[in-house]
Amino acid sequence: MKHILLAAALAATAGMAQAEVKVGMITTLSGGGAGLGIDVRDGFMLAVKQAGRDDIEVLIEDDQRKPDIAVQLADEMIQAEDVDVLTGIIWSNLAMAVVPAAVAQGKFYLSPNAGPSALAGKGCHPNYFNVAWQNDNLHEAAGAYANSAGYANSFILAPNYPAGQDALTGYKRFYESDLAGEVYTKLGQTDYAAEIAQIRASDADSVFFFLPGGMGISFLKQYADSGVDLPLIGPAFSFDQGILQAVGDAALGVVNTSQWNKDIDTPANAEFVESFQAEYGRLPSLYASQGFDTANLLMSAMDKADVADADAFRAALTDADFTSTRGDFAFGPNRHPVQDIYVREVIKEGDVYTNRILDVAIEDHADAYAAECPQ
Amino acid sequence: MSFVFLVEQVLNGLQFGVMLFLMAAGLTLIFGVMGLINLAHGSLYMIGAFAAAATAAATGSFLLALAAALAASALAGAVIERLVIRQLYDRDHLDQVLATFALILIFSEGARWVFGSFPLYLAIPEALSGPVTLPFGIEYPRYRLALIGIGLAVAAGLFWLISSTRIGVQIRAGEADREMIGALGVDIDRLYLLVFALGAALAGLAGALIGAIQSVQVGMGEPVLILAFVVIVIGGIGSIRGAFIGALLVGLTDTLGRVLLPGLFGLLLDPAAAASVGASLASMAIYILMAGVLIARPQGLFGSA
Repeated sequence: MKHILLAAALAATAGMAQAEVKVGMITTLSGGGAGLGIDVRDGFMLAVKQAGRDDIEVLIEDDQRKPDIAVQLADEMIQAEDVDVLTGIIWSNLAMAVVPAAVAQGKFYLSPNAGPSALAGKGCHPNYFNVAWQNDNLHEAAGAYANSAGYANSFILAPNYPAGQDALTGYKRFYESDLAGEVYTKLGQTDYAAEIAQIRASDADSVFFFLPGGMGISFLKQYADSGVDLPLIGPAFSFDQGILQAVGDAALGVVNTSQWNKDIDTPANAEFVESFQAEYGRLPSLYASQGFDTANLLMSAMDKADVADADAFRAALTDADFTSTRGDFAFGPNRHPVQDIYVREVIKEGDVYTNRILDVAIEDHADAYAAECPQ
Repeated sequence: MSFVFLVEQVLNGLQFGVMLFLMAAGLTLIFGVMGLINLAHGSLYMIGAFAAAATAAATGSFLLALAAALAASALAGAVIERLVIRQLYDRDHLDQVLATFALILIFSEGARWVFGSFPLYLAIPEALSGPVTLPFGIEYPRYRLALIGIGLAVAAGLFWLISSTRIGVQIRAGEADREMIGALGVDIDRLYLLVFALGAALAGLAGALIGAIQSVQVGMGEPVLILAFVVIVIGGIGSIRGAFIGALLVGLTDTLGRVLLPGLFGLLLDPAAAASVGASLASMAIYILMAGVLIARPQGLFGSA
């Protein structure tokens, strides 16, 4: 197992009294979906680098998108490395395998991406903080947008796995009109000819889809070529910076929902976008912004409390006293974000495909599970 | 469910089937002639797609991209045959599986090293984009029709090669009795290299053609590889005709299963549950088909017992 040790503690001289915080980052750096993990890692490390701190040490390991490997890495980080804080996991099924055990052992977990409903409701934990979103949020915003756009007959599709079912549930929670069809595809499916024919044969006036990663690339390319021209809506996961370049013109004009975009007009966000581009030579994605925010949240808590004092550190994290790339950022009672979700549109800037914000879909949106979280 | 809708879905199933055939043909040839299980066949598919995407980005020409895909995957096939596969012909299947699995990891990480972790862009050529209207008012993407045509043409070419050429005679003889054709003076090393490169080129062609309507990314070959194995098990290992029929059966079963099963359950259950149960069963359909074929004919439809 390769062991990348990235220590920001370059000048850590022996005998310094300052508290060291050791962070274990388990994320996906190889295989399909590695782009997401790489963005989270790069965003996180950029924030650490900019802060120039010598009291934070980050161990980064690759989970290969496999739950068993993630569990093994978490055990190693907790038992052998004695980390204080864990972070980095991209996928909900991996988060479900790692997070409950880690927080039960007194570690803090800051989620830079996955937000499964099970960890937001009854299974919430005082040491688990989600810095991205609860999984349903972007889909709910898409449903809200569909209402305001006047869509009355949506065709909806998602892969047949828990996050896919959550997606359609989230959309239907806010969308108020009829459904022209509801289809579950195979997870990892790459050909959507059969589904597109069903859309063509239905009398839908709009299509909502949740197909993250390569599935979305395939769907968008095939949809654009099919001659079906109903408006598409989706969450940002099929429209992030890494994916859009592979979809090309087929994505232009498609409306999608996100809690972040590079044109959110705050000084912190402008600086983040510029410095990320300077550091890595590409535009940041929403995943990169989430990694960046996660690191800044962690460092804001380190300024206020010693990680050894769990209660004080927890309170400091709950304050969320940092400048988010998203503008306003606060935690709800279940330590998930309460935030604005935007409607974006895919555009082309020069040679680069990217998004611009059209409107706010839902303001100060909290998740539907907070009430189930025992306080 | 209208007639037009069904015809469109049958075309979709055919298109899926002929592309699977390109993958399965190489796999079954290599197994039939050399007795080798090549898990890295999916990597050759990926190499074809990556070579096509890189060439299309540099030159803008889809034809050049296809040529590059054929050349790159055939070359990669020839190189791994010489360096790795050649050591494995006399070993048992477990060693072959282990070594070719290692090749998957090497090719995947190699592709990431060269091209990065983000998916690449490969578009269908301008001349083949957009839908075309067929008789009965069926609208169908022109590119998918072209895929069906290319797949059928390659299949016909392959049948001709195997049945009517000298090399085809050698391939068939190699399947029947490997040692004997060596004894008859056929250069077995050259024959193996040729068959392997041919199988690799077919996989690379499939990767490039499919890459234009899907996502060109690391790991794209493995899901197709699994389906290709299902195809050759159904068709009978080593049989090109079996691979063709098997690929069409799998393509049609998968596509029509996905479309018809949720509707069927819709008669019994509420829409959300029917969609979920139907989709789950549809994803099993081809494996149920495989199990059924294996019960009736353990050697596959066209396999020799």
